[in-house]
Amino acid sequence: MRKLRKPVYFACGYNTISLGTGRSEFHPKKPRPGLEEYIKEAGQGVISQISDAKYIDEGIISNFIAARFNRQAHLAAMIPMIDSALVHKPCSRVEGACASGGLALANAVRSVLAETSDVVLVLGVEVQNTVKAIYGADYLAAAGHYKAERKNGHAYFFPGKFSDRAGAYYEKFGAESTREAMAHWYAQSIENARTCEKAQEYENKASDLLSLGRKSPNPKGFVDHLNLFDCSKVSDGASAIICASEEGLERLGIAKDKAVQVMGVGQSEDDLTKAPEDLTRLTTTQNAVEKAYEMANVSREQIGVVELHDCFSITGLLALEAAGFAPHGKGGEIVVNGDTKRDGRIPVNTTGGLVGYGHPTGATGIRQMIDVCNQVTNQAGNSQINIGNERPYGLTINMGGNDRTVVSMIVKKAD
Amino acid sequence: MNLDERLSNVAIVGAAGKMGSGISLLLAQQMGLAKAKNPTQDIVLHLIDTRDQGLHDLVQYIRAQVAKMAEKQILKLRVLYKERNDLVENAEMIEELVNTTISILRPTKELTSAKDSSVVFEAVIESEQLKIDIFKKLKACCKPDTYFFTNTSSIPIKIVDQGAELDGKIIGYHFYNPPAIQKLLEIISWENTNQDLQSVAAEIAGLLRKIVVESNDVAGFIGNGHFIREGLYALNKTKELQEPHSFAGAVYLVNKTTQDFLMRPMGIFQLLDYVGIDVYNFILKIMDKYIEDENFNHQIIDTMISNNVLGGQRGDGSQKDGFFQYSKGKMIGVYCMEKKGYVPLDSTEEWDKTLGNYPSSWKPWKKMLKQKHEVVAQIFSELSEGNSLGCKLAFAYAQASKEIAENLVKAGVAKSNADVDNVLLTGFYHAYGITTI
Repeated sequence: MRKLRKPVYFACGYNTISLGTGRSEFHPKKPRPGLEEYIKEAGQGVISQISDAKYIDEGIISNFIAARFNRQAHLAAMIPMIDSALVHKPCSRVEGACASGGLALANAVRSVLAETSDVVLVLGVEVQNTVKAIYGADYLAAAGHYKAERKNGHAYFFPGKFSDRAGAYYEKFGAESTREAMAHWYAQSIENARTCEKAQEYENKASDLLSLGRKSPNPKGFVDHLNLFDCSKVSDGASAIICASEEGLERLGIAKDKAVQVMGVGQSEDDLTKAPEDLTRLTTTQNAVEKAYEMANVSREQIGVVELHDCFSITGLLALEAAGFAPHGKGGEIVVNGDTKRDGRIPVNTTGGLVGYGHPTGATGIRQMIDVCNQVTNQAGNSQINIGNERPYGLTINMGGNDRTVVSMIVKKAD
Repeated sequence: MNLDERLSNVAIVGAAGKMGSGISLLLAQQMGLAKAKNPTQDIVLHLIDTRDQGLHDLVQYIRAQVAKMAEKQILKLRVLYKERNDLVENAEMIEELVNTTISILRPTKELTSAKDSSVVFEAVIESEQLKIDIFKKLKACCKPDTYFFTNTSSIPIKIVDQGAELDGKIIGYHFYNPPAIQKLLEIISWENTNQDLQSVAAEIAGLLRKIVVESNDVAGFIGNGHFIREGLYALNKTKELQEPHSFAGAVYLVNKTTQDFLMRPMGIFQLLDYVGIDVYNFILKIMDKYIEDENFNHQIIDTMISNNVLGGQRGDGSQKDGFFQYSKGKMIGVYCMEKKGYVPLDSTEEWDKTLGNYPSSWKPWKKMLKQKHEVVAQIFSELSEGNSLGCKLAFAYAQASKEIAENLVKAGVAKSNADVDNVLLTGFYHAYGITTI
């Protein structure tokens, strides 16, 4: 894979809170912010960190399925709402299920490389608490192949899909050790979320997280192999960030040490109409991550922080293996032994990931980039971990559907 | 006639009332599911009431509740509709079940709509004359093999049976409020009650997943047989305590004793308000009429009624003022006889001090649920030795409550102490059986 033909940077990220059950602001029967409020908050949160909104050349917004959750399409035309300087700027909306955010970032990088823009405002949003989870499951199932899979799929479609993956993994590598690793994943996710005040699980005060994570699944009420603690929650939220060229950074007045440079981009797609061949592997994720490593020309040992796509705890384990941090079947071991904790060898999801931070689907890929950016530039506040000189790189993995669309990026502090 | 046939044409009289709407929902849920499983079978549920708006609201209520049930049972629903290729999403299946259920409902003001029903539930107000009149009319239009179920908490079944000449084809079916949630069902038969009806009644109870306690046909049955007498004991205690502590103070003390010291979900006067002082009075009168050698009236109740302080609930389920004044479900005042108004409950420290300390092993009601018998026994042994007024009142009250329970068995109303305890545990949410203390 060729290196990027010129430097491309990300900076000035802004996350709204991830709103949903678990947050004290959340009450299912009280009015809540909608798409408009989230888009404005995140967009203006970025603009307040730059010299002038007029330097933004382009806007890209990622969203999975507002057309159903909010009965609103045409989200690109909501970007000019953020600031009048954005009126008549080129804007587009991208969708790749839960990897929509990653796609927006990849498209922004391409736009800067193509020199059609020097500054791109990249924003992701999803507002999902508009309906009960049982109806939201219908909407989210659109990330699978509706025609072939929905009728016979589980009521909770994606938990069903990843429960099947967990079941296959149990069979191959042992149910007990896997369940234990999933419980540790949950515990680690909540502990990390407690460091980040915008995380959905920030206020989680449960004392014995491992016991919760070890709870037996309830196939009569939910799915066969996952308990509720294995799952990312239903979330509302938005995230936004600047993608810029060197000139762009200068125009915006962004100091280099507050920005990350994109070293590798891996984007990969697999056929939505075909079922995964091996449920115990994330092959598309693996392909995307390998492309990113190759372009960045770095090794796994140089990665100091990871933001990966744990829509379910089992997905977290599979992604660790796909990214090469553990051999096939051994992902759980490096979770249980503490390697993936914030003070471990490969700190993963330092603000809680999808399980702990929350999963406003269209925003997640961008939130991941913001968190990695904050870590490698030492701007992560209470969530800050120690990034050593020998491991200066951050890795993101944003996955859509059942490992069908994946975007992975490697960044490091700009110099 | 098998149960499926019987439950293919059902009527509910008084369907839009508080009890009737819950019974209607239970039947609509069962029969709607049956229709979904057998779409070509004729299944109808007649909802009969005198009020158009009530029937309109009832259908909306059933629609909302069936949707909630369908959401909760979505896994089963996906299996049920597996062969229906036109139904793919959860929302489509939920909507289908709701529409199917609504399609079997026949809301009407015509009592004669029940003419083809094999099962008729009656849930009008607690008035024996009204019930008898309705059953007379039903008997005139219904088929001879129709079974009648009367929801009453106090009126002897024999009286209604003989009054309407139903020849044993009626059974007492006492749902607890709210019928869709409360698990307890008291089934009451008398010596002439049809045997087949008794087994049908048991089968339907099973289908509705109720916990059944059989009661003999003595006014008040087990539930009110206990509650009404306990209420009278509390009212007498209040009179005693009124002298030193004022009426308002006495009501507060007895209520707090029965709730907190006795570890119950509600105090006796709060429960009286919940039931309704007027309803309590109705039942007193019925029991007074049919039970000999026992007095069922009380001067305090008479005064409350004449002062038009009635308790009970509003249409939206909120609590009306009675012995206590309520705001957003919380007690904020207690009734003062002299003032004919409420004393605010913002400073109760004096009264609380009067009651004194709880026993050392004491736990609040919620923590007592599912406790072992030894824990209960320990607390009661401490209560019996406690010197505080609260302990003394509570222990005496518990003894009285136990005696009432045991007398229900001696009088042949309940078959066993366990049956009385079952009613108190499931119908009144007590945390322990009173006969075991």
